[in-house]
Amino acid sequence: MEVDEKTVRRIARLARIRITDAEARALEKELSGILDWVRQLDEVDTEGIEPMTRVTPMTLKMREDQVSDGGMADAVLANAPARTEHFFVVPKVVE
Amino acid sequence: MSELTRLTLAEARKGLLAKRFSAGELTRAFLAAIEAGNKALNAYVLPTPERALEQAAASEARLARGEARPLEGLPLGIKDLYCTKGVRTTACSHILAEFTPTYESTVTQNLWDAGAVMLGKLNCDEFAMGSSNETSRFGPVVNPWRRRGSNVGLVPGGSSGGSSAAVAADLCLGATATDTGGSIRQPAAITGTVGIKPTYGRCSRYGIVAFASSLDQAGPIAKTVRDAAILLRHMASADPRDSTCADLPVPDYEAAVGQSVKGLRVGVPKEYRMDGMPGEIEDLWQQGIAWMKAAGATIHDVSLPHTKYALPAYYIVAPAEASSNLARYDGMRYGLRREGSDLVDTYEVTRAAGFGAEVRRRVLIGTYVLSAGYYDAYYLKAQKVRTLIARDFEEVFKSVDVLLTPTTPGPAFGIGEVAGDPIQMYLNDIFTVTVNMAGLPGISVPAGLSSEATPLGLQLIGRPFEEATLFRAGQVIEDAAGRFPPPERWWA
Repeated sequence: MEVDEKTVRRIARLARIRITDAEARALEKELSGILDWVRQLDEVDTEGIEPMTRVTPMTLKMREDQVSDGGMADAVLANAPARTEHFFVVPKVVE
Repeated sequence: MSELTRLTLAEARKGLLAKRFSAGELTRAFLAAIEAGNKALNAYVLPTPERALEQAAASEARLARGEARPLEGLPLGIKDLYCTKGVRTTACSHILAEFTPTYESTVTQNLWDAGAVMLGKLNCDEFAMGSSNETSRFGPVVNPWRRRGSNVGLVPGGSSGGSSAAVAADLCLGATATDTGGSIRQPAAITGTVGIKPTYGRCSRYGIVAFASSLDQAGPIAKTVRDAAILLRHMASADPRDSTCADLPVPDYEAAVGQSVKGLRVGVPKEYRMDGMPGEIEDLWQQGIAWMKAAGATIHDVSLPHTKYALPAYYIVAPAEASSNLARYDGMRYGLRREGSDLVDTYEVTRAAGFGAEVRRRVLIGTYVLSAGYYDAYYLKAQKVRTLIARDFEEVFKSVDVLLTPTTPGPAFGIGEVAGDPIQMYLNDIFTVTVNMAGLPGISVPAGLSSEATPLGLQLIGRPFEEATLFRAGQVIEDAAGRFPPPERWWA
């Protein structure tokens, strides 16, 4: 078993996903199965190999540092679950 | 009228220009086919008939004035992963609720600028995570193909299952799709359609709901190799809104279709001959080799030693990127919100309610492999293996021009048949995922039928930005194998 139920709860908390007790037990098994399976990568000798950072040889493009867009508060807020004037309404963040 | 829906995209283009039928007639024929067939197939999650008729009318006027653009009046389906301005876009997830973009993806904008008509939004796996279209919030799509003598519902593949089913069932002339580990090529293979995942960076990702940003690519699913070439030309572009999009001119891919493959060096990678591979897949592969040889290509045995590690490495990299990308769904700015007792509780109950089981599983795996203490063992290790996979390809492409492999390890399976074991489902992508890991282009072309009388495909893999070679070689397979329309329109 790669992960136990406690670990499942910890990562669910990190991922901000509420899980039930039954889900935690099922996930313990599923995640362990997947993580056991990916551990076959340990067979590969990666000594001195650079990790991939880009799939095609490209350099990140630069653009002029100037305003190209904006002034669309209505569009930005159009799908908000809750809003007032040009603000998102969210639960209290600081007590 | 239903005969119009049987046309290929190239034939419909010709018919419109020759004024044998109008853009309005063509669009109405497809809308009628969707009306009649979508209930059984569930390929469209949101048909957009009003929008289609409006666009068709505009195309009709342009055609009459002799001002037709390259895709003028040609009706297409759009995977629900592409943001379409003013048209609900959900990635087939509850978490996006009734999200209606206020902007258009670059790829779809390119298509509308070329004159294409949107028939509606197509079903897919939730956030494109799946190989069977069974994780969609809108329920599974049914493959237009059935096993001989059976009416058991088969999956159309995934994640672009709505796209593959709609094209196979003549509910559109062609469709957009996306491919992160095989999501264009696997559904194309098991529905008898053509699908190409172009080189990473060929199509802009702007406005496409992100799954795994270093692997995701847009591409078409179409009825023929030529149709796929036409569509890709008008989907691809350079784009300042996607910094990973290549600043390269888009070639006229259609010009490559029908060109000779005499002297083309075709590599056959021995590592794709997996243990337990069904005999019919091996036979199909050998048939493909024989067709390429008969057309004048030369065949070469090659080795890609790290092939078997591509899938496990993918199931570290893709969930890691997904867990990061999907962090944006927090219930604050758009999509679903479930009120909790405080801020963190609101996040947790919103994400629990909005994400389906497979998405939750992958976000958790991704969170785990990126968490303190595990990053090096999993994520960094996988990215190193990825370097080795890419090197394997670079090495073989010094001596061959294209690789030929099966697309999938088997034909379409029944809905619900592979449920319960995630790894069994992941194995569907065993031949396609290597291509995403290395950023290469890959095409699947229908090549034959399984013992159950359902379609199978062959895959061609090319060098970066050499999609034209894939269209050229793909046409050889299509010429030899013929086309594969479903034998019976049971859904209409």
